[in-house]
Amino acid sequence: MLSRWGNGLYSIDRLRGEMDRLFENLAGGVSPWTDLVGGGSFPSLNVCEDDRNLYVEAEVPGLKMEDLEILVSGGELTIKGDRRGMSESDVTYHRRERGTGQFARVIRLAVPVDAEKVEAALQAGVLTITLPKAESARMRRIEVKSS
Amino acid sequence: MATKTTEMQKKPQAEVSRAERTRSGRAYLPNVDIIERKDELLVLADVPGAAPGDIDIHFENGTLEIYAKVPPRNRESGRIVLQEYGIGDFHRVFEVSEAVDAARIHAECADGVLTLHLPKVEAVKPRKIAVKAG
Repeated sequence: MLSRWGNGLYSIDRLRGEMDRLFENLAGGVSPWTDLVGGGSFPSLNVCEDDRNLYVEAEVPGLKMEDLEILVSGGELTIKGDRRGMSESDVTYHRRERGTGQFARVIRLAVPVDAEKVEAALQAGVLTITLPKAESARMRRIEVKSS
Repeated sequence: MATKTTEMQKKPQAEVSRAERTRSGRAYLPNVDIIERKDELLVLADVPGAAPGDIDIHFENGTLEIYAKVPPRNRESGRIVLQEYGIGDFHRVFEVSEAVDAARIHAECADGVLTLHLPKVEAVKPRKIAVKAG
């Protein structure tokens, strides 16, 4: 599991995030993008959409594509990975803020997607996943004929 | 609830930077590891989205400053449906107490991680002084 040392402020941030999420849920599920139980909260995600695709972006510095596993099934997106730390033992850590270890994040996709055509790109530690919307979910312009 | 996991959350930079930036937008504090080896200090900083050419490192009078420019990557089309982190430059300043050989500082950047080597000043080697017979 991901762990992190240092800065006490951090846990307050996290608590606040969880409170926000709790209130959001109480308020009647403002966001359909809910975390599924069992997944962690790393990596943080930004999601946007246009008519054709969903774009999910995450910052995963230090990871290569082979360290990541991306699964789409049953309307869920799973991002799994392992961030390895240094293996040297005879060194002294003065700061250790960069988390290491295995992580898994699962989110429910609010829109059906075509799992066969999902693409992922990784550049400078930024992961971008493009999920084409299923044909049924695409916005379609309907011609109105005059009679 | 599943096992509590902690994650690396992006922290906006505190209001203590020495000079104001001309670019608008927020700067974030990169997460760092600082590791002391026998002959160097090693600084690892997470700067996702920054290309090697966009990173400025200054070392002067024991102050180490890291500034990584992150180009905006907002999509022109489309609407945001979930936003859990912000995108902006990374900036962090350290006071380095060890004696560092500034001329030999070097850095590399790969996969959004900056690796900075600060070699320690070589300690004066013990010298044996031979005493001649007078």
